[in-house]
Formats: sequence, C-alpha cells, structure tokens
Amino acid sequence: MGALKSAQVPVEAYISSSVSTAPVTTLPPRHSVLVRVTHWIITLCFFALLLTGVEIVISHPRFYWGETGNVLTTPLFQLHIPSSRALVPTGYGYVLPDQNGWSRALHFEAAWIAVLTGLLYAISGLFTGHFRKDLLPSRADLSWRALSTSIAKPLRFERPSEAEASSYNVLQRLTYIFVIFVLFPLVIWTGLALSPAFISAFPASVTLLGGRQSARTIHFFVSVALVLFLLVHVAMVCLAGFRNRTGAMITGGTAARKEHT
Amino acid sequence: MIDLSRRKLILTGLAATAGASGLAMAARLAQKYGLVPPDHGGIYGLGETLTFASQRLLTRHSLAREFPRSQISPRPFPNQLAPLTEDFKRLQAGGFAEWRLAVDGMVDQPASFSISELKSYPSRSHITELVCEEGWSYIAEWIGVPLSHVLHLVGAHPQARYVVYDSMEPDTWDSIDMADALHPQTFLCYGMNGHELPVAHGGPLRMRLPRQLGYKNIKFITRLTVTDSLKRFGKGVGSAASEAGYAWYVGI
Repeated sequence: MGALKSAQVPVEAYISSSVSTAPVTTLPPRHSVLVRVTHWIITLCFFALLLTGVEIVISHPRFYWGETGNVLTTPLFQLHIPSSRALVPTGYGYVLPDQNGWSRALHFEAAWIAVLTGLLYAISGLFTGHFRKDLLPSRADLSWRALSTSIAKPLRFERPSEAEASSYNVLQRLTYIFVIFVLFPLVIWTGLALSPAFISAFPASVTLLGGRQSARTIHFFVSVALVLFLLVHVAMVCLAGFRNRTGAMITGGTAARKEHT
Repeated sequence: MIDLSRRKLILTGLAATAGASGLAMAARLAQKYGLVPPDHGGIYGLGETLTFASQRLLTRHSLAREFPRSQISPRPFPNQLAPLTEDFKRLQAGGFAEWRLAVDGMVDQPASFSISELKSYPSRSHITELVCEEGWSYIAEWIGVPLSHVLHLVGAHPQARYVVYDSMEPDTWDSIDMADALHPQTFLCYGMNGHELPVAHGGPLRMRLPRQLGYKNIKFITRLTVTDSLKRFGKGVGSAASEAGYAWYVGI
C-alpha cells in the first residue's frame, strides 16, 4: 500500500505541470533494474539446473538415507523411470544414453552463476531496503483474515486488485521470503554437502544433514519444492495477466503507466 | 527521483568496473598459482575454473572424512568394468607377480616397481567413502602406499605440476595436480578391507584419492608420468574423461 501511495505522488505532480508523456518513465519502476536483471539470470540458471539435475538423477534414480547407498543397499525410495546406467535395476529393458558429462558441467556452471547473482541480489536487497519494503509483511498483514483472503482469491480465480499490481500481498511476501531465505540456501547447502572436497574442509556441512546420501535426498526434495514454487508462480502471473506482469519484470513497468495509456 | 537514479547509475557503473578489473586480476593470479584446470576452455570452462580455483584455495590441505570401522559398507559396489584384456588375464594368471608400475617423466631416477616392492614401503590405510558421479557411494578401508612416498623415491622435480597415470584398461588415463599427488590420503592402493584389492575394484593397483569422485580413482594403474604440462598428453585437457566431456577436476 505504502509503495502505491509514494508512486502516485509524482504522477499528480507531473499532471499539473506538464502534458508531455516522457516524464512518466521517471516513475519508480515496479521492479528495480537489479531485481529484473537478477530475476532473469536466475530464471535461466534455474532451467539449466533443472534440466541437468534431471539428467543426473536419471543415471541413478534411487535415493537413500544416511551416509552411503548404492544398488546393493535398500533405497529409501526410487523413481520408476528408466536409467542411463545398465547396472541400475529399473524394470525397464533398455538403457538411456549417458548425458552426465555436459549435464554436470552445466549444472555446476549454472549453480555458480545463480549463487553469485543471488548474492548480488541478497546484498543489494539488504542495502536498498527491497526486502524490508517489498517482501517483509507488515504486522497488520500477518492476520488470519489477510492471509485467508490472499489464499482464497486466487483459488476462486479472482484477478488481483489494482493495489496488488504494485505491491505484494501477504501470501506472496511470505512465499518469496521462504523461497529466498529457506529453499535457495538449503538447495545450495545440500548441493555443497555432496562435494567430497568441500566436505573434507567443512565436515559439519554434511554431518548436520545426517550423511551424504541424506544430503542428496534433501537436495532432491528441495528441488521438487522449487519446481512447485515455479509452477504456482507462473500460474499466478497468468492469473494476474501474463503480458502485463512479465512485461513489468522486463521493462520495469509502473502501476501508473496503465492509467495513462 | 532523477538524483536517485543517477546515483544508482554511478554505483552500478562503479560496481561493474570493480567487478571487471577484479576478474582480470583474479585470472592473472589464478594462472600463477595453478588454479586453472586443463579443461578450462569451452563454454563450461568458467564453471570448471571457478570450482577448481575455489576448492584449491579452501581445501588444499583438508583431509577427507575418515569413518569408524563399523561404518564400512558390507557389500561395496564395484561398478561396471570394461572386458579384461588378454594382457591383463595373463598377468592375473601369474598372480600379478609380473605387474609393473613404471614411473617416468620429470624425475631424477625413472623406475619400475612390482606390487611386492610397493608393499614393502610404509603401508597406510584410511576408511573413506568412494563417491560416484552418478550419486551412489560406499565406505571401505583402503590400503596402499602414499603416492608422495613413491614420488620422493624417484626424486620428482620441484617444477613438476602434475602426475599423469595410465591404466591397463583401454583408453583410460588421468592426471592430478601436485596438491592431490602429495596429499597424505592419495594412495597407490593395493588392499581393501584387510585383503588384497579385488580385481573388480581395480586390483592389483588403483589410484585412490578420497577428495575426488570415483572416476578419478582409476583402476589397474601401470604407469606414472611426472610432468609440468598436460599439453602433450592426449588432447591436452588432462584425462580421457575430460576428452569425453567429463570434468578433469571432480572435487565437485
């Protein structure tokens, strides 16, 4: 709400002083340049990580708990998909082609770019007040009423209000905070806990998770959670107006722009 | 508003300049301190280099976790083997008495060792996890002679930067930098869980370095070459695996 109000002040100032349309672009954008650039870099990395992660899982679609696990031990669960390795018992009569070489290389490269971009986003988010202003829910918003409204509206396929075009509702805020401060750190941590060299220097990073195979299994589940987030996120963008919302994440957009066209 | 965006622009510009010059300096330093892997070219070179460089800086002397004997996997999974060659079968029939490990390259005294000679040197063991790039793993006790011991015996030159190792398995060779070659847990491994190293696990001799993935732990080692450059070996990217698109450094 606060963000919307502050965005309106310069609009009124401009209307009374000028008829040119140019100053409209000087309104604070819906999303800052840094948020937009990091959003799309991380989107690209996410798809690269997802595709290559699936390829890597295909070479051993079995998951374990504890320190060790292999085809001679009992899995915690296994995915009923064919494998790219002949020695994995899958029940399928064929073996998929091995894609692990480039998949692993791209997985780690995308992870590096995503983590460095994410760090830039997180550090700047702290300094610019992006987290505090845009993502931290206000105390008043943390009521069951506000929460249940923000959950019920999309479930009835109700398009979000005009106010929500320039500011996140409480459910969005909580979700983004959960993804940024819980799921992303967890997927990075569990990924690092799979590295034999990293855990030789920081053994607690894997023992705290209950062993290396536990880390791999958690890495898988956190990835599934991130995919679910992606699906809901895109569904919500479609509900709110795909062109408008995606455009705002590309060009910046403003809440006011629509009213003047 | 305008002031704010100008400040932002200047800040962004400064950050970009600092980032670019920082990168250039980092690249120079990385070359100097051996932080650039041989497979640093191509579209994945950035990721490979960032991983190798940062792990060399963070983990050069760290020790792989060692486990209590009770955690040894009852049934270690040996993974798939290429069909054994006739040469190998002949050596196997003779109980590997004729097996030789040749050591050459940048050394004072090129030499060749039998398995029993290697066993006569100080024997070390560690109970560590073998981790496959596919995701599975097991824990075993690995017995062998530290690679550093053999390198000292032959007098490896101080300018040496890599050890290349060849296998009797066709089209299989690899290399490690001196940080791994001299690491106390890097063994020429001839024993496992109190017994001879089984052929399925690479017997009579395999490379064992627990801080890298399984595929770096080449089976059936026959030759070590100490060198200061990997350019003359194969396509110059450090291993048969990296020629096939798999990373050279797999501390991951």
